[in-house]
Amino acid sequence: MQYNWNWKIFWEMSPDGSGTYLSTLFVGLQWTLATALSAWIIALVIGSLLGVIRTSPVKWAVRLGDAYVELFRNIPLLVQMFLWYFVLPELMPKALGTAIKQMPPPWGSFVPAVLCLGFFTAARVAEQVKAGIQTLPRGQTMAGTAMGLTLPQTYRFILLPVAFRIILPPLTSEFMNIIKNSSVALTIGLLELTARARAMQEYSFQVFEAFTAATLIYIIVNIIVVFGMRWVERKVAVPGFIGPQVAGGGH
Amino acid sequence: MGDFDFGVIERSWVYLFKEGMTFSLTLTALAMTGGIIFGTLLAMMRLSSIKPLSMFAAGYVNLMRSIPLLLVIFWFYFLVPYIGAWIIGSPTPIKVGAFWSCVITFTMFEAAYYSEIMRAGIQAIPRGQVWAGYALGLNYWQTMGTIVLPQAFRNMLPILLTQTIILFQDTSLVYVLSITDFLGAAAKVAQRDGRLVEMYTFAAIVYFIICFGLSLLVKRLQARIAIIR
Repeated sequence: MQYNWNWKIFWEMSPDGSGTYLSTLFVGLQWTLATALSAWIIALVIGSLLGVIRTSPVKWAVRLGDAYVELFRNIPLLVQMFLWYFVLPELMPKALGTAIKQMPPPWGSFVPAVLCLGFFTAARVAEQVKAGIQTLPRGQTMAGTAMGLTLPQTYRFILLPVAFRIILPPLTSEFMNIIKNSSVALTIGLLELTARARAMQEYSFQVFEAFTAATLIYIIVNIIVVFGMRWVERKVAVPGFIGPQVAGGGH
Repeated sequence: MGDFDFGVIERSWVYLFKEGMTFSLTLTALAMTGGIIFGTLLAMMRLSSIKPLSMFAAGYVNLMRSIPLLLVIFWFYFLVPYIGAWIIGSPTPIKVGAFWSCVITFTMFEAAYYSEIMRAGIQAIPRGQVWAGYALGLNYWQTMGTIVLPQAFRNMLPILLTQTIILFQDTSLVYVLSITDFLGAAAKVAQRDGRLVEMYTFAAIVYFIICFGLSLLVKRLQARIAIIR
């Protein structure tokens, strides 16, 4: 194999003038994390709401929740990214659409990316929340009602505290998915970690060094998330209560 | 919104399906076949009592599952020519077409996910059946091939197919290599004719119909083949 390894490349200046290649990668990591975290907030809020209404006795709300999940699960993430970035501004009133299109560089792709990832992952969070609530014995809801709690109170004080503890492990993997999926935002011009590794490869021709660095950074982030979430799990664990794993495929 | 132009879809849909969808579906089918075979081997390695084998399989699966598919696509796009050169002993990187590069990428990547499914499937078969196989004088491959794997496949079929729907959606990511898959074809027409709204909406609808339809079929299959215990 003829390939000239040059690991010193990371300390050379990148042509965009912002610093060494290594520092551009770390700026990319910051954008990856910023995108993933902002999207995660949206996903958690909307996903939880959807998960709850899908277990509620209100028929039309259940249908609405199901429709949302099916819609967002059955369109590829990349296509959804294009819909948010290219199509949505066109469907807005003219002034608003123009304003969206004229957002300055990082924000013009950051905001659609966050919205896209947030609403996409919300569908997956909703599945987990629903599964978490459904693993609880039906008697708990009835007991809540028998004690005179309203339905929202039953959810708030009885069902959700346990359901969320049960679904912590699958939520951890959804969080890691959102970090990985944020790389899809490079297609709409967000310079996150994968995009920067790709740019480094294009400028320096050191393909494998660039991708190795990005791979290692992703692995380290993964390990940190896994250990962080294990710590959270231990912190919030109810003694004697071990929840079953909820199956969830995909990436 | 008033100027939604159906004409551009009417003019291009034959091209989209003939060029693009054929590519997407062929890639999905090949990667599914390769991925399930390689994934099953990985699962068997991971459950093996030979430590180096199980460690290799665990490492491979965890690596693939912790990095984004896009990064894997880039990795293989540049790596495959070098590996090919190394295998045939050529001094320069060999040329691998974009299509085969994609097939290898998706096979290797999805194998990690298929292997987790197959591992669960194999582990769900009672251990006693494996011992019974050995007691009958079957060797490892015979026990696996005639007793464990057929049952594991049957039980896991719905999940394997669901993963394949996800694989089909993931193939849209080959867009980053400027390949004419279904989305790539739609994007080309969209940019040529300046009709982004129409083409991307159309692509979304087509993907939705296919994936939603397939997921309904999987649900029906699941209800039909489920073993009542």
